[in-house]
Amino acid sequence: MKDFMFIFRGGSDAQNYSPEQMQKHMQKWFAWIDKLKAKGQYVDGKPLTPAGKTVKGSNALVTDGPFAESKEIVGGFFLIQADSFEEAVEIAKGCPDLPLNGSVEVREVMQIPAPVES
Amino acid sequence: MVAVLTRIFGLHHLDLVEDVVQESFLKALQTWKYGQLPDNPQGWLMQVARNKAIDILRKREKEGSGIDIEKKFESEATDIGEFFHTDEISDSQLRMIFTCVHPTLKPEDQIALVLKTISGFSVQEIAKALLTNDSAIQKRLYRAKEFIRSERIAFEIPAGHALTDRLEVVHTFLYLLFNEGYNSAKADELIRKDLCAEAMRLCKILIEHRICSSPTGYALLSMMCFHAARFESRLDHNNSIVLLQQQDRRKWNEELINIGYRYLNHSAAGEEISVYHIESAIAAEHCMAKSFSDTNWERVLQLYDLLLKLKPSPTVELNRAVVLAELGHVQSAIDAVLAIKNIEVLLKGHYIYSAVLGDLYKRLSDQVKATEFLEKAFGLTTSKAEKDLLLQKIRSIKPQDN
Repeated sequence: MKDFMFIFRGGSDAQNYSPEQMQKHMQKWFAWIDKLKAKGQYVDGKPLTPAGKTVKGSNALVTDGPFAESKEIVGGFFLIQADSFEEAVEIAKGCPDLPLNGSVEVREVMQIPAPVES
Repeated sequence: MVAVLTRIFGLHHLDLVEDVVQESFLKALQTWKYGQLPDNPQGWLMQVARNKAIDILRKREKEGSGIDIEKKFESEATDIGEFFHTDEISDSQLRMIFTCVHPTLKPEDQIALVLKTISGFSVQEIAKALLTNDSAIQKRLYRAKEFIRSERIAFEIPAGHALTDRLEVVHTFLYLLFNEGYNSAKADELIRKDLCAEAMRLCKILIEHRICSSPTGYALLSMMCFHAARFESRLDHNNSIVLLQQQDRRKWNEELINIGYRYLNHSAAGEEISVYHIESAIAAEHCMAKSFSDTNWERVLQLYDLLLKLKPSPTVELNRAVVLAELGHVQSAIDAVLAIKNIEVLLKGHYIYSAVLGDLYKRLSDQVKATEFLEKAFGLTTSKAEKDLLLQKIRSIKPQDN
C-alpha cells in the first residue's frame, strides 16, 4: 500500500447550482467517499478555507492569497491509500467535480526508507 | 429553509433570504464534500444562513434602510433555535405554501413560486419542469413576489372558515403539481419524478399538521401514492409509454401501494367525499387487480359515474367511455365519446380524443375509421413516446382485404 494526496482545485461551477442541485451534488461526493471507505482507500479529507497568505523570499514578504483565479484555489484534500499510482489515478477519475471545471492533482507521498542496519 | 428564514426575517426579505440560502448551501458543499460532516448538518446550515442574513441586514441598516435589526434580534436571538424544531419547520413550510398558493395569484405563478421558495429549484429547473424558458419563469417569479409585497399578503396559516377555502386551493394546487410531473410527456424523467415527490412531500406535511389535516388531504395523498407506485412501469427502456394494459405489474411499488391504502382508510373519516376520494378509489381498484383483465370494471364504472356527478369534465367522460369498452360495450363507448359536449372542438384540439376513438373503432374492426382517427391523433401530439405508440397501433391494423 502506498499513500497518496489528492489536491482538489476549482469545481466552482457549482455556485450556479440551486440548493436542490447542490444537495444532489453533495450526495455524489458522499457516495464516492463511502465507496472509497468501503475499499479501505479513504484515509482522511479536509476542506481548506479560501483565504490565505503567502510568505516569500528572504525578506519574508507576506502577500494575500496565492491565487490568481478561483479555479486555481485548492478547495481541500484527501489522503488516499492505493496499491499503485495507476490505481490512485483511476480513483481520482471518480471525482464528482470534474464536470464542474474541477481538477484533482494526484501526488504520491514519498516513503523515506529506514537506514539499513549493518 | 427559505420558509424558516422567511418566518424569522419577514416575507418582504424573500429575495435576501433566497440569496442567503444559496450561499449557505454553497458553503456547506465546499466544506462537507471532503468527508467531514458536522454533528448537526441542518443546524450548521441554518446557523450559517442566519449569520449571513444578519450580516447583510446590518450592512443595509448602516446604509440607512431604516430597519431596526439589532432590536429585532435581541428579542428573537434567544429563541431562534426554536424555529428549527421539526414541528416549527413544517409550520414555516405550511405558511410558505399558503402564501405562495394565494388564491389571488395565478396558478402558473403559484407553481413557479412554490418550486423556487419551498423546493429549492433553480430558475432553469423550473423552466425545464414547466416546459417554458428561463425568462418566462423569472417574469412569473418577479410578478408573484411583487404581488406578495404590494398586497401585503400575510405569512400565516389561515384560521377558521378561511382555512377551509384556502385548503381547497392548496389541494388543487398539489393535485396540479403532481399531474405536472406525472403527465408531462416532454420533460425528462428525473425532473418529473422530482415534481411528483415534491407534491407528495408537501401533501404529507399538510396532513400531518394538526389544523391542516383533512380527509380530503388524505385522499389526495393516497391517490398520489397509487399513481406514483406505477411510475417505473409507465415507460419502457426506450422511454416509450407503456399502457396500463401492458404494464408489468411486478414493477409496481408495493410499499407505496400499501401506504396508499393506509391513507385512503384515513380519508374515510368524516362525511366528506371529494373528487380525490373517488379518483383515489379508482386508482386503488387498478392497484388491487392482479392483471388488467382482473380489474373490477363494474366497480370502476360506478366510481366514474360518481366522479362525473361531482366533477363533470370531458376527460372524465372519456375515461368512463374506455371503461364501458372494457365491459364489452364498445359501440356505447363510441357513442359516449361522440356525445361529449363540443367533441368536434376537442377532437381538433387534443390528440387523446382521436386516439381513444381510433382505438375503439379498431376493436370494432372498423379499420377505415380506426386508421383515420389514429392518424389524426398522430398529427396532433408532439410527444415522441405517444407518436411511437400510435404508429405501432396504426401498423397493427390489418390491411383491408381486397
